[in-house]
Amino acid sequence: MQTVAQPKALWSGEVGMIGALALLGLFCLFVAAKTVEPAYAFHMGLAVVAAGLGLFAIFHRFYHRPAEPPPMEIAGLPNYNFGVVKFLAIMALFWGFAGMAAGVYIAFELAYPDLNFLPWINFGRLRPLHTSAVIFAFGGNVLLATSFYVVQRTCRARLAGDLSPWFVALGYNFFILIAGTGYLLGITQSKEYAEPEWYADLWLTVVWVVYLLVFLATLYRRKEPHIFVANWFFLAFIVTIAMLHLGNNPAVPVSIFSSQSYIVWSGVQDAMFQWWYGHNAVGFFLTAGFLAIMYYFVPKRAERPIYSYRLSIIHFWSLIFLYIWAGPHHLHYTALPDWAQTLGMIFSVMLWMPSWGGMINGMMTLSGAWDKLRTDPGLRFSVTAVGFYGMATFEGPMMSIRQVNSLSHYTDWTIGHVHSGALGWVAFMTFGAFYYLVPVLWKRPGLYSNRLVAYHFWIATLGIVFYITSMWVAGIMQGLMWRAYDSLGFLQYSFVETVAAMHPYYIVRAFGGILFLLGAVLMLYNLWHTARGTEPRPALGAVPAAAE
Amino acid sequence: MKLRHETIEQNAILLLVLVLLTVSIGGLVEIVPLFTIETTIERVKGVRPYSPLELAGRDIYVREGCYLCHSQQIRPFRDEVERYGHYSLAAESMYDHPFQWGSKRIGPDLARIGGKYSNDWQIAHLNDPRDVVPESLMPPYAFLGRHPLDIEHIAEHLAANRAVGVPYSDEMIAQARADLLAQVNPDGDSSALIKRYPGAVVFKSVGGSPAAVTEMDALLAYLQILGTEVKFRDVDPADLVQ
Repeated sequence: MQTVAQPKALWSGEVGMIGALALLGLFCLFVAAKTVEPAYAFHMGLAVVAAGLGLFAIFHRFYHRPAEPPPMEIAGLPNYNFGVVKFLAIMALFWGFAGMAAGVYIAFELAYPDLNFLPWINFGRLRPLHTSAVIFAFGGNVLLATSFYVVQRTCRARLAGDLSPWFVALGYNFFILIAGTGYLLGITQSKEYAEPEWYADLWLTVVWVVYLLVFLATLYRRKEPHIFVANWFFLAFIVTIAMLHLGNNPAVPVSIFSSQSYIVWSGVQDAMFQWWYGHNAVGFFLTAGFLAIMYYFVPKRAERPIYSYRLSIIHFWSLIFLYIWAGPHHLHYTALPDWAQTLGMIFSVMLWMPSWGGMINGMMTLSGAWDKLRTDPGLRFSVTAVGFYGMATFEGPMMSIRQVNSLSHYTDWTIGHVHSGALGWVAFMTFGAFYYLVPVLWKRPGLYSNRLVAYHFWIATLGIVFYITSMWVAGIMQGLMWRAYDSLGFLQYSFVETVAAMHPYYIVRAFGGILFLLGAVLMLYNLWHTARGTEPRPALGAVPAAAE
Repeated sequence: MKLRHETIEQNAILLLVLVLLTVSIGGLVEIVPLFTIETTIERVKGVRPYSPLELAGRDIYVREGCYLCHSQQIRPFRDEVERYGHYSLAAESMYDHPFQWGSKRIGPDLARIGGKYSNDWQIAHLNDPRDVVPESLMPPYAFLGRHPLDIEHIAEHLAANRAVGVPYSDEMIAQARADLLAQVNPDGDSSALIKRYPGAVVFKSVGGSPAAVTEMDALLAYLQILGTEVKFRDVDPADLVQ
């Protein structure tokens, strides 16, 4: 029997999105016209343009799409939605490069302050750009891409929603655009890692709720009775980030025609909220989310099951329970009451255990597959990442002990610690996952060049070593110089002498950053050719695959 | 009924609810008591809301990301107290929305920078830090002296602060613009300003006339009040116990 072609009509989701975008665009146009702040008018103008482009995209798709929604399955196999995953992967790589480049620039600003030659690129405005670009733009897009990929694969179901996943992907990147341009123009609420102002925060809330719904709805469609362990971590990451975002950011805007707002909390309570948020942005964005990546990609790549299922359960619940308490270790010896500092310290030390439980679970997954490290340079990144995770999660609890913290706090030691996590764990875990994911998404038999991956690995590892060792030495020296006394009982050094002493270490650190960035450029080149399907040149040819 | 992990991992909503419960506990235990235990904020006299010009200056301080290199939180160590002054109290930042304690000292702590250097030194230093401190890494902020300060919306800023709990009176909000201009007009009558905001530093605008008040003036007023409000000579140590 012949199927009769249905007359093409807008789906209800499209109608709803058209209405929402049109209303939003009109509202932002109104605000842009009324505000006296040029930077805010620029942001509202961007929102109008974005809403317009969104409308255009919906109608454009409507005229080219079939009347029927895409099937859930084709020939009995799930019809995965990988288009949005590809887009997110590209955005992650773009922002990763931008964020790391900004990091290198500000590292040089500290070594050569004359680089602060325009108000928009002063250290104070570029540093939030760097941190947000690597954490939220790079890390965020990596997490969106991998969570949308992993949840489909492990549920054997197509991603829920038609426009919603695209709304999440584009909406999130629009948030990044607003946040980043805002910093350069001086729009910030000064809460570290939560600098975007009230209107960006509201927009992110909407995007994040849709993200949670898409994720949950996809879980609901799953063909497997059990929810795979990586998805527990993704779910905890999504839910907890929502809670932290709402707790840390409530603010009263000066008016809807002003970009500026005042946070509801003040002083000591605000400090506690901030580091409850700040430490768990690390704990749930950069740890739980990336552990989810570990739990999917390491077993996949090593072709081994996860080492211990029981350990996964213990790891998951103890990690998410303990992490939330750790915030006050950012506030040792401050005006935060001692009882809160003590709680923060105790839980931070306890956190060492689940962290190493997770590390062991990841590491031991390679049991019987260690030989793959020789043939699969991508896996090398993942395994080294787990190693750095173990190292950073030992260093962290140590630094959270009050007496150690009295030396390390306010110094570059903290910066070194953060980067052993950010470069060694977060970025390396991403590189490992992407060297696997890009050929899969673009349906290529393998990478353009395995040799370039090996170069990337060694250059980046060397970069991290330069970075963290210089910051360890600089930080500890700085802390000791601040508290040094001469034989007569006077302070030995003026503050600016300690600044001058940092100079050589700041140069070494910047050099380490350049190496890391260089490695990332090699990756971009390699993945670009992989996605294009370029034939590998013999010189760059893949190491012959081991017999399967 | 025995709750088995098998049950949890087959039910997304149950998993979500249990995750939310698990991650709520730590925050509740650590944050809620800070609002209920009265001694969290020490009972000291002298801390007052910022004058309109100081508040505008604080907004500039936030905008330029000064907190990224300068902490405002002196720890109770011998070296810090000698270098910067009395350790910081919770009370001293109770009107700070948000707090500016910072987390890194690329530059020195500023919690008690007020009154330590003259206005002229501060302006020279902000214009080009290496003119006065050759080893400094700080970016130059000469452009602040060229940017006129937005004074038309200052009352709205005070009102927004009142909405989040800063005790600005109706009078303070009504007089915000006048108070702001009075602070950069040493030749005028600043008694009403000083009465409302004791200790506010009145000085001549960088631009020369009160009408040409700049962002530099605002930042200067903010820096010069930092850490000067509590008079530690008059404080009973028993009141500092949290």
